Amino acid sequence: MAATITEKIFSRRCAKEISAGDVMMAPIDAAMIHDITGPLAINKFREMGGTTVFDPAKIIMLFDHQVPADSIPAAENQKFMRAFAAEQDILNYDIHEGVCHQVAVEKGRVRPGDIVVGCDSHTCTYGAIGAFATGIGSTDMGFAMKYGALHFRIPESLKLTTTGTFQNRVGPKDLILSMIGDLTVDGATYKAVEFTGDTISEMSVPGRMTCCNMAIEMGGKAGIVAPDEVTRAYCGGRMDGGWLDLAPDDDATYVLEREYDAADLVPQIAAPHNVDNVGDVTKFAGTPVDQVFIGSCTNGRYEDLAEAAEVLDGRKFAPDIRVIIVPASKTEYLKALRAGLIETFVEAGGMVEAPCCGPCMGGAFGILAPGEVSLSTSNRNFRGRQGSTEAEVYLCSPATAAASAITGEITDPREVA
Amino acid sequence: MTTWKFGNDIDTDAIIPGRYLTIYDPKELASHAFEGTRNAFAKEAAEGDIITAGRNFGCGSSREHAPIAIRGAGVQAVVAISFARIFYRNCIATGVLPVICPEADTITEDEEIILHLDEGHLTAGERTLKVEPIPAFMRKIIDAGGLVEYAKNLTEIEICTK
Repeated sequence: MAATITEKIFSRRCAKEISAGDVMMAPIDAAMIHDITGPLAINKFREMGGTTVFDPAKIIMLFDHQVPADSIPAAENQKFMRAFAAEQDILNYDIHEGVCHQVAVEKGRVRPGDIVVGCDSHTCTYGAIGAFATGIGSTDMGFAMKYGALHFRIPESLKLTTTGTFQNRVGPKDLILSMIGDLTVDGATYKAVEFTGDTISEMSVPGRMTCCNMAIEMGGKAGIVAPDEVTRAYCGGRMDGGWLDLAPDDDATYVLEREYDAADLVPQIAAPHNVDNVGDVTKFAGTPVDQVFIGSCTNGRYEDLAEAAEVLDGRKFAPDIRVIIVPASKTEYLKALRAGLIETFVEAGGMVEAPCCGPCMGGAFGILAPGEVSLSTSNRNFRGRQGSTEAEVYLCSPATAAASAITGEITDPREVA
Repeated sequence: MTTWKFGNDIDTDAIIPGRYLTIYDPKELASHAFEGTRNAFAKEAAEGDIITAGRNFGCGSSREHAPIAIRGAGVQAVVAISFARIFYRNCIATGVLPVICPEADTITEDEEIILHLDEGHLTAGERTLKVEPIPAFMRKIIDAGGLVEYAKNLTEIEICTK
């Protein structure tokens, strides 16, 4: 029977034909926990009678949300997880490597064709290399860590085809924001979102990560790109195994198909307080901002920082705003450092922080006061997301963030030449 | 019993803000539920209360703190037109009943809600509204009292693998 990428992955892994709508207990190839959701997952694992995890090599553990520990409770949680890692012989990246989703992919801990669960909603990022990856809660994770399996309902799929070449200063973030604007925040609920078309074929793995990362912002269970030469080149040397031949069948069944034109796309903004409140940057140009954040699992990679530095082009950030730049991982930080980007940002007046989630989830630092406005390359602009419920968060690309950080107001990156 | 009526796209940051995620105690989490967006909830919600909402309730983060906070406040069921996926699963896992009711947004705070899930409906005041059945597998977990209780009693599981 003709199959989507998702149906192919589950059918392969389970050695029988699996179709959308099937409910099954599927094996887990990797399970990710971090400092926020991990302690509860460990407690649930134990409450279920768990003594040893199903396979310590398949547990990805690190701390990224509140690091270095920003409070005594955060420090206690991290201490608790360190002890569990030692007891279970789990490799714990601790606070040393960066944001979970970037680290899981760059370290080769997830592979094309894997079934992956993570205690974080943006686990769907790993679809960029062709894994079926989805976010789960801590109790589900306790179960997965104990049994190496979890109950799934195999999702139907959406097929989003993009063709054409992006204009200068327009890229993957603008594309995914425009798709969310089109499909709305629940347009893909419980569905897998397949990204395809020549724009995606030509897109780097980091760009694909930006798109897959935000599949959850339209309610998606997973975002996924069929592995191709770009995937092969990225994965080579990082991992053994993995399935690369996962292209969906031409006559696979999709509940929705949409086509997008990259060439027509202009920089996009998601205005407060929902991610589908999307419009062209020109509609919001001139809106004063108090803080600009460039980073996160969505847009904290070298390519993102390089684009921001290119837009900056030796200029200074507006003096009366805060510009916070957080590379998504140690690897990406070092690339940026060696390319001179970090010096560029610091000279411009920015604050460069060590790899972590940063201001994205409003729990650690860079928290907003009532009435303040943030422009952020992260993935959520919910009311209160980055601090006060009376603050506002706008989402954009790294290019738009950099252009706006120069002027102090939302600015079209095509206008700062 | 109080009915707490909410709108569409109620996200998990609204249910429990990010700054409280180091907390795991249900009562303490409940004391911060809907902080800044609906402060009366934490003060007044009581055992047996029900939340009603429109579309996409619980969107956003995978934080299980959200259903735990709601349950800690005494709410046993959320009746909504639709739920975000992870939140729906987390409700099943933690013992909050997620009830899909296509007309949930028509329920007013004056109407007392009584669930008749086995009969496929609920009553809101004088009215009878249809609810969607909970999938059989999920029902087993709910009937066990949540995923922890369900898992405790499992002797072995059949994994679909080669």
